[in-house]
Amino acid sequence: MTLDATDRRILNRLQDGFPISPAPFDDVARELGLTQDALITRLERMQAARIITRFGPFYDAAALGGAFCLCAMEVPVAELESVVTKVNAHRQVAHNYERDHRLNMWFVLATETAPEIEEVAMSIERETGLRVHLFPKLREFFIGFRVAA
Amino acid sequence: MSIDATDRRIIAATQGGLPLVPEPYAAVAAALGLEQEDLCDRLRTMQARGVIRRVAVAPNHYALGMVANGMSVWDVEDGVVAELGARVGALEFVSHCYERSRARPVWPYNLFAMIHGASRDAVEEKRARIADLLGAACRGNDILYSTRILKKTGLRLRPEGGS
Repeated sequence: MTLDATDRRILNRLQDGFPISPAPFDDVARELGLTQDALITRLERMQAARIITRFGPFYDAAALGGAFCLCAMEVPVAELESVVTKVNAHRQVAHNYERDHRLNMWFVLATETAPEIEEVAMSIERETGLRVHLFPKLREFFIGFRVAA
Repeated sequence: MSIDATDRRIIAATQGGLPLVPEPYAAVAAALGLEQEDLCDRLRTMQARGVIRRVAVAPNHYALGMVANGMSVWDVEDGVVAELGARVGALEFVSHCYERSRARPVWPYNLFAMIHGASRDAVEEKRARIADLLGAACRGNDILYSTRILKKTGLRLRPEGGS
């Protein structure tokens, strides 16, 4: 679909936040000089066209008690495919990317409890004979990310 | 950060998104057997505590032309990384920004910032802006581009906790 200027204003406005109020679409529509129905119709269209990935509350995954850790490995090119298979076989491996660096495999471990991070990392080391470097998060910075629509 | 069973039900009901109806909170409350006011109070409390980062739209940045990204990494003096990291995170082209442990000698970097742009050149131009911002407090940096997705599963919260 092609976005018009109104769609873009809606996307830019709603990246900044959506009210928690009884009639939030009406609140935002008035601000943008639209009717509530027009706003909802445009959002439906953009959601159907996958211009909008998600709309609603964004939860902090760690707030529910899970543990997360970014990990990296230096994998010899000749072993890459077999190591990928071994690493990805762990259900705790949430995503895994090949990157153009000496540390060429980067993945996130997501576990129920903090001690499991070490356990899974040690299993991977045993299975592959390669070192797993852990990069635990020490501090998270507030994000001002906006996609100019 | 205490989350009770009702909060967990609210999280399970809304982590996929809000319904596009005139009174979305009333609709969610009705489905959960709650009063709208109770639901909204709980959402506001979770937002104030950081359990909810924000209630908003996430546009598909690929669809909007932001097709390039790189993981920029920086070796920043420990004494100033908190202050400088906050300024890097606030940049509108940075989608994730963390201070992480180093892994010397192979990895001297302690600040990670994911940069998005319309092209790799645009990403490099933004990387230079971060380098300017960090100035002499930064002793080295690199950027890692992904060459292949090896696995991608959505991170879903487990609202029941232990299971």
